[in-house]
Amino acid sequence: MQHVIIGAGPAGVIAAETLRKNDASCSIKLIGDETEPPYSRMALPYYLINNIDEDGTYLRKAASHYADMNIEVIQDRVESVDTGAHTVTLSGGAAVNFDKLLIATGSHPIRPPIPGLDLPGVHSCWTLEDGRNIADKADTGADVVLMGAGFIGSIILEALAERGVNLTVIEMEDRMVPRMMDQTAGNLIKQWCISKGVNVLTSTRVESIEQDKAGRLTVKLDNGEQLGADVVISATGVRANTRFLEGSGIEADFGVLVNDRLQSSHPDVYAAGDVCQGKDFSTEEFSVQAIQPTAADHGRIAAMNMCGRDTRHQGSVNMNVLDTMGLVSTSYGLWMGVDGGESVELVDEERYRYISLQFQDDVLVGAQALGLTNHVGVLRGLIQTKLKLGKWKDHLLQDPTRIMEAYLGATQSIGHNAALL
Amino acid sequence: MLRALQIEPEKCTGCLQCELACSYQAEGVFNPAKSRIKVFTFHDEGRFVPYTCTQCSEAWCMHACPVEAIVLNEETGSKDVLADVCVGCKVCTIACPFGTVNYNQDTKVVYKCDLCGGDPECAKACPTAAITYVDADHTGLGRMRAHAAASAGAN
Repeated sequence: MQHVIIGAGPAGVIAAETLRKNDASCSIKLIGDETEPPYSRMALPYYLINNIDEDGTYLRKAASHYADMNIEVIQDRVESVDTGAHTVTLSGGAAVNFDKLLIATGSHPIRPPIPGLDLPGVHSCWTLEDGRNIADKADTGADVVLMGAGFIGSIILEALAERGVNLTVIEMEDRMVPRMMDQTAGNLIKQWCISKGVNVLTSTRVESIEQDKAGRLTVKLDNGEQLGADVVISATGVRANTRFLEGSGIEADFGVLVNDRLQSSHPDVYAAGDVCQGKDFSTEEFSVQAIQPTAADHGRIAAMNMCGRDTRHQGSVNMNVLDTMGLVSTSYGLWMGVDGGESVELVDEERYRYISLQFQDDVLVGAQALGLTNHVGVLRGLIQTKLKLGKWKDHLLQDPTRIMEAYLGATQSIGHNAALL
Repeated sequence: MLRALQIEPEKCTGCLQCELACSYQAEGVFNPAKSRIKVFTFHDEGRFVPYTCTQCSEAWCMHACPVEAIVLNEETGSKDVLADVCVGCKVCTIACPFGTVNYNQDTKVVYKCDLCGGDPECAKACPTAAITYVDADHTGLGRMRAHAAASAGAN
């Protein structure tokens, strides 16, 4: 059996390892188009603040890891897929045969149609190469304008602030991380960043970027203001890398369309990770989540199916954790709530503490928290097991911080008769 | 033979010796806030429930880590955080459905129970044997594994 995996991010690497664990003799080719060994984009912010070296971003630390598992790593770019001939074509024209193919090509930063976005001082922060470029230019005292305060923008924000730059963040929505946190939390994060010396402008758009002969940039905003900048970083969202599939017959929308076996419209082609429009646990709809735990779920489950072990994907819980200059925020599932559901919120604005829980009947379906670093994962457990909270829902409506007690109280025998149960 | 922490909440008196022993072993201070094991209080029932990582075989934390900073300890079966490899991204803290991986804002890395390398201080410190370190196939562990399996079944 010949397995080919396109994309050497977490989904591709976990899939390759899962294939090998389940089939000692199959051929596994892992094709990635970047020059470095497989690495984690998630680790780039920590590289930017010199917490780790480049090899600290690598997904697997042992240099011989892939060779040891008999996984052939090919550094090249896949130009097209021919499902009829069961081949992929590499940039030089060479063809690679496959019996089963996994598309794990991830996503790329989108470039909004803003004049000047292609100027040399404007960067994305997506690849290790981008990280090197930014580390080169964005140093202490540099004026930096960051476009976008979504999840990725906000992660980069922390790294830039730690580099000691003069930082302005422009977000077109009315709060920070609008697709991860509600109004209360998004605005508290904004206030927190402002209190730490970052200029945060929400409900603001960049209209154009210009550059003078000395290389200095001018960022023009829709409120008439102009900002001078040495570096502009664009973090305005990402989109799945599906373009090379055009004409292949493999169906894609926001990402590659798959069933609950991560199988695409062609039975021998699977998809995983950011490029995959996979099942969402909470909505039971198919959407692109573009998060690390989902990439890991997809990689494992797609590989199981590729090697003939029928495995259904019950959907991944959407979840995020973010650290903006020391303020940790988390969100899970249907954090925005559901029609006919109930919710509870507890907020302490002065201490930047917030927790919000969303229920459907007596089941937790979504949550958000600011400043919670202990036992936060139990929120996932409560959501994913659809645990019936019973009386513990009422306790949580009284005090939403008692999430661990609710979990233990609803799953374990506690009380005078516990030893008898 | 692998061994595991067996916790019998009905024997717990809430004395917090386990938390003190754990924090001292792991961090060198007597500070329950830094303990890997936590005693949860149920005032209404007058009961206490010690809880920590079950070293579940699903190892959600380990599989969610993007930089291979959580590894299986072959000797004890524990999933150990390599503090010098952890970048502090916290994905494991939201991925663990039991809430037993926590982030330390001082050290900027995550921490969890590592069974003290095979000689857990919490079990030694517990005066009522509510926490014991037993053979992994002991019946009491089946109950804890059942909770893990319930979560696994949802995926």
